Amino acid sequence: MLTALALGLLGFPLLAALALPLGRRGGLVVHGGSAGLCLLLALAAGGSLGFGLPEGVLGLPFGPAWGGAGLAMDGLSAWFLLLLGLAGASASVFALGGPPRGLVAWPLFLFGMALALLAADSFTLLLGFEAMSVASWALVALDHREESNRAAARLYLVFAALAGLCLVAAFGLLGAVEFAAIRAVPPEGWRANAVLVLALLGAGTKAGLVPLHAWLPLAHAAAPSHASALMSGVMTKVALYVLARLLLDLAGPVQPGWWGLPLLALGAASAVFGALRANLEEDTKTLLACSTIEHVGLVTMGLGLALLFRGADLGALAALAAGAALLHALAHGLFKTLLFLVAGAVLHAAGSRRLDRLGGLIHAMPRTAVLALVGLGAAAALPPLSGFASEWLLLQALLAGWRLDEFGAQMAAAAALALVAMAAALAAAAMLRFFGMAFLGRPRSPRGAGAREAGRFELLALLLPAGLTLLIGLVPGAALALAEPAIRLLAGAAQVPAQGIAQGVGLAAGEGQAGLLPLSVALLLGLAGVGAWAVIRWRSPGATRRGPVWNCGFIDPPEHLIFGDPLSQPSAAGLAQPLRRMLGGALLAGREAVAMPSPGETRPARLEAGFADPSGRFLLTPAARLRDAVAAQVERLRDLSIRGCLSMAFGTLVGLLALLAWLEGG
Amino acid sequence: MTFGQLPYDVAHLLGGGMLLLSFMLLYQRRVGAVVNALATQGALLAAAAAWQGFVQDAPQLYLTALIALGAKAVLIPLALRLLIRRLALARGVDTALGIGPSLLAGVALVALSILVALPITTGVAAMAREDLAIALSVVLLGMLMMITRRNAILQVVGLMSLENGLVLAAVGVAGMPLVVELSTAALVMLVLVVAGVFVFQIRGRFDSVDIALLHPHRGEGG
Amino acid sequence: MLILGSILVQLLHLALVLAAAPLVIGLVRWLKARMMGRRGASPLQPWRDLLKLLRKRPVLAENASVISEVAPFAGFAATAVAVALVPSFARGMLLAPVGDLVLLAGLLALARMALALAGMDVGTAFGGMGAAREMSFSAFAEPALLLCVLTFAILAGTTNLDAVSATFHDGALGLRVSLGLAAVAMLAVAVAENGRIPVDNPATHLELTMVHEAMLLEASGRHLALWDYAAALRLTLWLALVAAVFLPFGAAPAGSGPLAWLVGLLAWAVKMGGLCLMLAGFESAVAKMRVFRVPEFLGAALLLALLAAALLFVSTGLA
Repeated sequence: MLTALALGLLGFPLLAALALPLGRRGGLVVHGGSAGLCLLLALAAGGSLGFGLPEGVLGLPFGPAWGGAGLAMDGLSAWFLLLLGLAGASASVFALGGPPRGLVAWPLFLFGMALALLAADSFTLLLGFEAMSVASWALVALDHREESNRAAARLYLVFAALAGLCLVAAFGLLGAVEFAAIRAVPPEGWRANAVLVLALLGAGTKAGLVPLHAWLPLAHAAAPSHASALMSGVMTKVALYVLARLLLDLAGPVQPGWWGLPLLALGAASAVFGALRANLEEDTKTLLACSTIEHVGLVTMGLGLALLFRGADLGALAALAAGAALLHALAHGLFKTLLFLVAGAVLHAAGSRRLDRLGGLIHAMPRTAVLALVGLGAAAALPPLSGFASEWLLLQALLAGWRLDEFGAQMAAAAALALVAMAAALAAAAMLRFFGMAFLGRPRSPRGAGAREAGRFELLALLLPAGLTLLIGLVPGAALALAEPAIRLLAGAAQVPAQGIAQGVGLAAGEGQAGLLPLSVALLLGLAGVGAWAVIRWRSPGATRRGPVWNCGFIDPPEHLIFGDPLSQPSAAGLAQPLRRMLGGALLAGREAVAMPSPGETRPARLEAGFADPSGRFLLTPAARLRDAVAAQVERLRDLSIRGCLSMAFGTLVGLLALLAWLEGG
Repeated sequence: MTFGQLPYDVAHLLGGGMLLLSFMLLYQRRVGAVVNALATQGALLAAAAAWQGFVQDAPQLYLTALIALGAKAVLIPLALRLLIRRLALARGVDTALGIGPSLLAGVALVALSILVALPITTGVAAMAREDLAIALSVVLLGMLMMITRRNAILQVVGLMSLENGLVLAAVGVAGMPLVVELSTAALVMLVLVVAGVFVFQIRGRFDSVDIALLHPHRGEGG
Repeated sequence: MLILGSILVQLLHLALVLAAAPLVIGLVRWLKARMMGRRGASPLQPWRDLLKLLRKRPVLAENASVISEVAPFAGFAATAVAVALVPSFARGMLLAPVGDLVLLAGLLALARMALALAGMDVGTAFGGMGAAREMSFSAFAEPALLLCVLTFAILAGTTNLDAVSATFHDGALGLRVSLGLAAVAMLAVAVAENGRIPVDNPATHLELTMVHEAMLLEASGRHLALWDYAAALRLTLWLALVAAVFLPFGAAPAGSGPLAWLVGLLAWAVKMGGLCLMLAGFESAVAKMRVFRVPEFLGAALLLALLAAALLFVSTGLA
């Protein structure tokens, strides 16, 4: 099994190598091959989750001298590999419908993620992680003719390097290389706490946790749509996988419960911040990227809660929180892939990512619109879709937070509960704004008015994640049953939950007293809708008439405005106004200013509105200043004499030797 | 005393009502509404004192209740209304800290008082500590009101609310002598009078009751 | 037998609520009119309006999409399912195991989304404005609601509405400050979710202050009838929810007979009448607040609910 998987993995670099000689005709081969390999990965992962995981570790013929490299698949790897396979397949199929670009980087990107997930030692994991970072950077930098994309790629590279460095240090502190060896001797004392901090910095940067999220909206908007779909849906999840692997598995079962608090706090901040910013952004892909920050935050909260419950010896609740995190990771990976691909289809059809240039696309692209509704309903946590099922689990875990026996932790859980609810409502508002601006109303530009339905590859690629989103939403219990090995791993192997949280196809929480049966809810919804429709048909048979829009008697537009008066349609900034005023002023430095002309002047009055992410002011600007200062200091090294240069090298050597002596001594 | 026992429940609910009104004081934007909330809080305090008098069989608490009702629910609010009308003060609340942040700070203060009350009252019946936490919260919220509001009238209101919290704590303890209660009430009356005079003085000199205008006249710095 | 009884109770409950919802709206309007010294229309008037609207042919805007035709049904269905989960005169209905408070919040969010989508469908300024405001308010209302749910969950150990109602009825919980604070918060959320004064004025057609009505400007005929009916159901739902949690007395316990149902019915009628009277009195006494005061109002509710949970941590000796 593992050998077959390893051979399958080798297919990706092979495809990347094929891309070069095939040139421009390679699109079909590379993307089609990637889609096939991804489906195989998903099948392998799903099959092993359902019918038994492969045992043991497959040694690789390379690796560091002090430890072998190897591949293995446990429940956690398989769960994330399943997501990678499904999302990767849809994104690859979508890419078939577009121009063949980034053919070398794409399979390598998939390869890196799969390698990181299947690694059985820190060397292989970091190798895969860095391959993923570099390949995705190449994809971000693909459209490098635009200045903004170059800036995004630069920023992304810096953050990816930071993440890589922190993770190397974190894994270095764990002592051994093979995971089995690390588990045998888990870190303790300051070393464990340092691992916590480094893991949060490294994986948190890659996952886009606030306040290290500055790169994410820029990079995801700059990459081609299928690449941003995978970056958002899967790459952030790989980072979360590393976080879970480090903190909940490798660091051992003995860590104190308070380890969960930073995760809970960072997750809550990310959730609210991301969702709010998604309401203010005016670019479809940036908006979706901000919503990714939100959902990554929710998954992190689930992991943090699992740690908290583990520390308090509440095994069943830890399983509940871990299940919420895992299910939400899968659900988000799928619906966010779907939404990014929808944004890509809209970009192809209507030629713009700006909300203020779209509108009325539901008439031109009805199928895309319906599939988009599925995705945004899940992102807005509406029943009976997958997002609701996973957030229901998360909320139930938070509602059980009072069982923690410390007032501080109880209050933290209560506050987190409020913040999750707020994030869900904000996400609903953001998704409504996205759909309402892009698909409803009237076209806002001639290019948008001439849009056509997406191609068959694109529709096919949308169909897979949309169907899965609906399926997971209807039978979340069946999905969670697959995740059971992973839940057991995250909840602490010693404390196997007495009762499963998956009950049949539904979910259960709170010792089985509270339950969710989405299938019956969907049935009831259908019944009520059909019943209402039948009654209405019987009582009100008259056909619908069409007439000019009423709009409170707003005056008809002049003849030359063929799309109607653009000013009488809501704009992106206008729709964002309530939230910009209510929350944006405090959290995102939102501002509105009216420039009135003085009496007699003929220029129109202008309303300027905008916001600034505080991470720019508090993190990026000081970092840039520090970089300049360091560069100025380093410049002085160039003026050193030969003796000076030699003494620097000598000093470094002696220092390293001293470090070695200290490490071996201690 | 535990839950489900009427004497305790009623006392507890009255305390909770006072806490709720403390938040109302922080939430209101109009001075008139603030004074109304203060009067209601005074009335609740009177009811709490009377109930404790009934439960503890301590007739002197009825007197406390009467004082509270007369002074805090009727006389002082009337006096404050008169002041507002006589001075033609602005009806709006001038805040140093926004309404939302001050409410947030209020909840933080309640959490703090819970944290403080917990260790002190270990060994006491589990229910008494919630009462103590509520009384302490009312005191802290009164102080918060004094800090975060610019109008002198509202600072007086904050002081009154603070004193309400102290009395609430006092009547809850069986065997508290009336002397203390009388003296605190008298003290607050005195303070109120001083504050009233103060208000008139500021009004006479500066045409405003915004105490920020006093700062240039403190003689420090330049 | 038990199953048959629960099915019967469920059907009776559904019929009762569907019939009563427009009456609740009518009663509140009539009471308000009385308090303001007008004669007021009969409480049956909303029913007459609905039937009249059904007879009229709906007019849709030329660029209206399928959303305008489907959303009324979706919104109605979500509200109807939600209302079927909230017990009225008896507990132990067929759908009681499904009736989860978090699911209830989800269904209400679904109905809200359907309404907002319909509001934005034609691309009118007022529809968009109303949709944006409605969704923004929910960002404060939902956390407050869930914190109230937290208070119930701590006391009852579950978020199942039927179980919560039963616990609050049977378990001698006494008068609790936490429950009082949660009740205030819940009432504030109910006022906001139903677009009542002081958050929104259900009778206004002044464009700039509309929230809920602004999204319905383009609806007519049967679509408008469905939206109005859904709004009536939502008000009934919230009143019934408050009654089920905070005033659980009188309701027939699970598995009881017709006599207990009759008593429960009477008790429910009295409770709903009392709540309508309270709502009418409150609406007559206060003025509508500015739109941007609403976050403060709901934020205060949120903090009160948080406070309720915090006090509960202390008083139950959990901490």
